[in-house]
Amino acid sequence: MEGIKDRIFRFLIFLCASTVILIAAGMCITLFINSLPVLKHMGVSFILSSDWDPVNNKFGILPFLVGTLITSFLSLLISLPFSISTAILLGEYLRKGRMAIFLQNIIDLMAGIPSVIYGFWGLLVLVPIVQKVEIKLNIIPYGVGIFTASIVLATMVIPYTASIAREVISLVPDDLREAGYALGATRWEVIRCIVIPHAKTGIFAGVLLAFGRAIGETMAVTMIIGNRNQIPKSIFAPANTMASAIANQFTEATSDIYVSALIGVGLVLFMVTVIINYAGRYIIKRLEIK
Amino acid sequence: MESNIITTRRLRAYYGFDLILKDIDISIPRNRITAIIGPSGCGKTTLLRCFNRLHELTPGAKIEGKILLEGNDILKLNPIEVRRKIGMVFQKPNPFPNMSIYDNVIAGYKLNGTKQSKEKLDEIVESSLKKAGLWNEVKDSLYKKGIYLSGGQQQRLCIARALAMNPEVLLLDEPTSALDPKSSAYIEEVLVELKKTVTIIIVTHNIAQAGRISDYTAFLYLGRLIEFGPTEKVFTAPKNLQTERYLSGKFG
Repeated sequence: MEGIKDRIFRFLIFLCASTVILIAAGMCITLFINSLPVLKHMGVSFILSSDWDPVNNKFGILPFLVGTLITSFLSLLISLPFSISTAILLGEYLRKGRMAIFLQNIIDLMAGIPSVIYGFWGLLVLVPIVQKVEIKLNIIPYGVGIFTASIVLATMVIPYTASIAREVISLVPDDLREAGYALGATRWEVIRCIVIPHAKTGIFAGVLLAFGRAIGETMAVTMIIGNRNQIPKSIFAPANTMASAIANQFTEATSDIYVSALIGVGLVLFMVTVIINYAGRYIIKRLEIK
Repeated sequence: MESNIITTRRLRAYYGFDLILKDIDISIPRNRITAIIGPSGCGKTTLLRCFNRLHELTPGAKIEGKILLEGNDILKLNPIEVRRKIGMVFQKPNPFPNMSIYDNVIAGYKLNGTKQSKEKLDEIVESSLKKAGLWNEVKDSLYKKGIYLSGGQQQRLCIARALAMNPEVLLLDEPTSALDPKSSAYIEEVLVELKKTVTIIIVTHNIAQAGRISDYTAFLYLGRLIEFGPTEKVFTAPKNLQTERYLSGKFG
């Protein structure tokens, strides 16, 4: 028999859990309802057109979509060697000791730095460096743009992938490592052929988390992406991302349709995140079965 | 007089400051099964792990003295080379879960990046699995994952994996302690067959198993080699009181 306390407790957790679900569903519905005007106004060209001209009521968000995907992918690409190396260092070589704790703390700290500070760092340190490189390469030295934003994003997402990858690498059973050593494998061979394949699903989950973080990052990106509403012609060109466009333009949005367009951008951003999450989960499942 | 393949001189092994093996002098005869027995914590496994230098992988572990393999001190050789000559099978079957049965057998070659022709590899896989007594059971499913095999089959797969490297010595650390009696018996048969081509050193908790399959028995107690000799003699007429008491189950 369930006591009265049990029943109250069960009622409370049901209440709290369903509130969370209701809030999430509510957000979805609000996003959808409020973006209806612009969806009616633009049709499919809301996503397919690259003409973002609020003054003439033209709202094509392709440049933001492209900007978001490019910066996110590029930042993952840049961050991957660093995060995986860090994970291998902490999961294989430095498993105990003061140095390991120190490094782990630094990585945790990196995840906790407010994004506006990353933005500042990008603006003050990275932009001048990129400008010098651009002058050397004989291209217009904007400094800001896709490339700079990707580097800053990469720095921001390293701790996410690194922490999870370290965790799964240290979960690889020691008897598998020993089996490798007993066959005459070197440490590198054991890491490459035994540890990494065994941990790859977990590492991929870490990469996915980093991707989710990169795709929605707003503040740091907005400060260094250049905020140009066009499809970028090179990785050094200024561009814009969905999150950054919303943050930048919301205060300027005077007409109802403009507001609706920005909410529509939010809806697309939300859907892209969901799609990537599910695609990632599907890949993880496939990896596990194999 | 037997010819010896491994000889140790005043072998000492440490974990940190703990002396685990105390001046072990033992000579392992070629193409024989040598069983290492003794109560838990006596240093059996440590001794085994000194032979292929796995002991020193543990942080703080240290080996002193000499271990001669065919007259060469393995402590002065490259551990990688040593481990290719001295294979090992562990207590818990540990096939690589992400590899097929085929790839598990040739894992040593894959790890080292040694290039071999497909025919040569097929040959190695077939002969190793046959030696390990697993070929007939898996010949039609070589590309399935090794972890779907039963425990006993997995352990024989691990034996095949070690044999594929053509080792001179095969070390086994309580290879049947995680298996049912039937699988254990089959592995014992396989080992007796194997000693024609490879020297076998087996650590076991199972005194009866040592009696059944080994030609020589070493009894270790508290890090010292108490008694070593032909299994028959050690079992029927032990010279040492400790050995007699252990074998008769008075302590363990």
